[in-house]
Amino acid sequence: MARKILKSYEYKPAKLNRGYTRKSLYINVGDLSVQAKDISQMMIDKFVGGKGFDLYYLWHATLPETKWDDPENEIVMSAGPLGGMTQYSGTGKTLVCGISPMTGIPIDSNVGGYYGPLLKFSGWDALELQGKSDKDLVIFIDGNKGLIQIEEDDGLPEDTHLLNEKLTEEYAEDEDDKVNISVVCTGSAAPHIRFGMLNFSFYDPRRKTCRVKQAARGGLGTILRDKKIKALVVKFKGVKPNLNDVADISTINKIGVKYAKEMHDLDQKQNGIRKIGTANTVAIMNKYDLLPTRNFQAGGDPEAVKIYPQVFIDNFITQGIHDGCWYGCTMSCAKTADHFKLLTGPYKGQCVTVDGPEYECVAGLGANLGVFDPRAILEENFYCDTYGVDLISFATCLAFVMECFERGQINLENTGGLDLHFGNSESVLEILHQMSRGEGFGVIVGQGTRRCKQIFVEKFGADPKLLQDIGMEVKGLEYAEYCHKESLAQQGGFALTNKGPQHDEAWLIFMDQVNKQIPSFEDKADALYYYPMFRTWFGLCGLCKLPWNDIVPADNGKTDDPAKVPEHVQNYVDIFNAVTGKSIDKDELIRQSERVYNFQRVFSVRMGHGTRAEDYPPYRSLGPVSKEEYLSRQEMYDKQIREVHGKDPESLSIEEKMLIQRKHRENQFEKLMDAVYKRRGWTNEGVPTAEHLASIGMDLPELLEVLETHENKEK
Amino acid sequence: MIKVNTEDHPWNKPLTVQELLDEKGYIFPHIVVRINGQYIEEDDYATQLVQDGDDVLVLHLMAGG
Ligand code: SF4
Repeated sequence: MARKILKSYEYKPAKLNRGYTRKSLYINVGDLSVQAKDISQMMIDKFVGGKGFDLYYLWHATLPETKWDDPENEIVMSAGPLGGMTQYSGTGKTLVCGISPMTGIPIDSNVGGYYGPLLKFSGWDALELQGKSDKDLVIFIDGNKGLIQIEEDDGLPEDTHLLNEKLTEEYAEDEDDKVNISVVCTGSAAPHIRFGMLNFSFYDPRRKTCRVKQAARGGLGTILRDKKIKALVVKFKGVKPNLNDVADISTINKIGVKYAKEMHDLDQKQNGIRKIGTANTVAIMNKYDLLPTRNFQAGGDPEAVKIYPQVFIDNFITQGIHDGCWYGCTMSCAKTADHFKLLTGPYKGQCVTVDGPEYECVAGLGANLGVFDPRAILEENFYCDTYGVDLISFATCLAFVMECFERGQINLENTGGLDLHFGNSESVLEILHQMSRGEGFGVIVGQGTRRCKQIFVEKFGADPKLLQDIGMEVKGLEYAEYCHKESLAQQGGFALTNKGPQHDEAWLIFMDQVNKQIPSFEDKADALYYYPMFRTWFGLCGLCKLPWNDIVPADNGKTDDPAKVPEHVQNYVDIFNAVTGKSIDKDELIRQSERVYNFQRVFSVRMGHGTRAEDYPPYRSLGPVSKEEYLSRQEMYDKQIREVHGKDPESLSIEEKMLIQRKHRENQFEKLMDAVYKRRGWTNEGVPTAEHLASIGMDLPELLEVLETHENKEK
Repeated sequence: MIKVNTEDHPWNKPLTVQELLDEKGYIFPHIVVRINGQYIEEDDYATQLVQDGDDVLVLHLMAGG
């Protein structure tokens, strides 16, 4: 390796105590300054760690008018106090935040791979990257030596699978040392699109290759390349069970062993996630009418059997290998298709390892694009990853574009000759290759749904009302892959989120639509209070959500509230206390989240967003936009017309029935907003109140100042 | 008539819990069944009968995607 070193910084790695190093690392790639900061007790008390620390730093680094590509915007990442444990499943997550190129407000993304834990063991609870470089850089941290080097790129590859292999090879002393390296990078598409994502690597000694997990949402990879950072590399040798120097190791060991036994005994029966990862639910979603198909028009398709989990298991996915994205994860869901031969693009003919497919991949790149071909899905999966493309935004945006094409809103001339009928996987792949090359219609698609709507209307004469109805984005971020128009609670679960419609805040479809457990607005609002707060906590602590409820104790069904999985919630409380030496209970767990959740909402308000006006979903999220959609569920919709509205459907035209449905559903959503804001302690405009902030111990002066300014503006 | 998750469902003859799940298309493997509030063990799905007038809850335990 002969890269020019632009800056060297030596430090004494801080010792961990009870989950924290109490140090964070600040690097400005514009002036190459490096600084070690102290993490205050206030930060730990109010923000806990992970996403909490990220948002705190981001707030203080930026101004209300900061845009995603301003130098002061940051990428901040942190593993959280529980991050890097090895005794309990799902404890190696890193939380990454920045002002998003998609939404203009803070985005947060939760990612596996080794970078965050190794960063922490290298002495840093968090990393802030600010400024803009004029040349491509690699930032290397050696956590054993206490050395940071900023190096000038000497022609490293652009795409993830090549870049990771090269950097891992370069920084490792030998094959055994490769597991001690983790790389964060994006791919060749990221500079040309807004939804470039970050890949976090971990070396897989069984397959002898670098694997990746993604901080996918919101364009964090686009920010990385805008700063001209090519890659972050961390090296730390010596991962062992108690590097966090926890308060009570025996409690952690006991809970860890119990959970591992549950996983061993119950996975096959409950989920089979260890065979196929999260794609295990594709068949379920199809059967329950929830698999988004052809831009969320339908909730399933007979052809979906071709992309069922068993097809991938039988033909593509390597079995019998432990596949955790961090040490000690017995859920082991990070599956791969190995020796997969590519048929298109710059790597055509090469055999590669494809990380996945995860559920969102099969649902998004498959059913939602009308592609019921498992081979094509895996190829799309590979290219999204190596090019650095957020596959959820890509799939949801392209599904919208394809529907525009099918409905004659755009044509072959507009697409540069690409036939974008649903199901045309060749065109899907070509769009991806165009994104990588930075040319053609792919670059327009890469601007995301919100901007595509504008371009199609202004340049191609498309119908703005139709595009508004079928473009599946809120706040500028694309929806995750669930067809949810029959679940009012989930409509809120997507639209009433801080960052935009990602399912990591709340997934309530079964509780609402199938179980009918939350019938009233108050019930739904309660769920839209509890679950987002509970799930925010994973992001504060460095945890993966999956081990919470993808496997549950055998007697979970006998508990009072099985959906919450009370025993696992108690595990988290006990582990948090055992790591940090604190003594929280399950209510304080929620309060910890609530502080950060409200902080994030006020952060958006500070940037001129974060209000009711921006929480409205497109109508496709709420009900049938087209006649075909109505007809596909006619029996159910007619029954609603009869029972809810007391009208005879036989005496009404489809247009009249659609109008009745629309008015009703939009009205229901308004009522849901009222109930949710009230439950969250916000005004009817969706803004947290000063009283509520005081009641949760989050009445920090900077937040109150924002609320005051906002109030004055409203007057 | 029986109730399944608060909604009316036709009942023509005694049927087992498993038959009811099949009839409803409830293939999700991760569920809890209660009849008139009483928890039914999974091992009993094939034998436990649902009678006319029963109030059946079939809770699908997925609160997170
Ligand atoms: S459950 Fe899957 S995603 Fe979560 S930590 Fe384990 S391997 Fe990673």
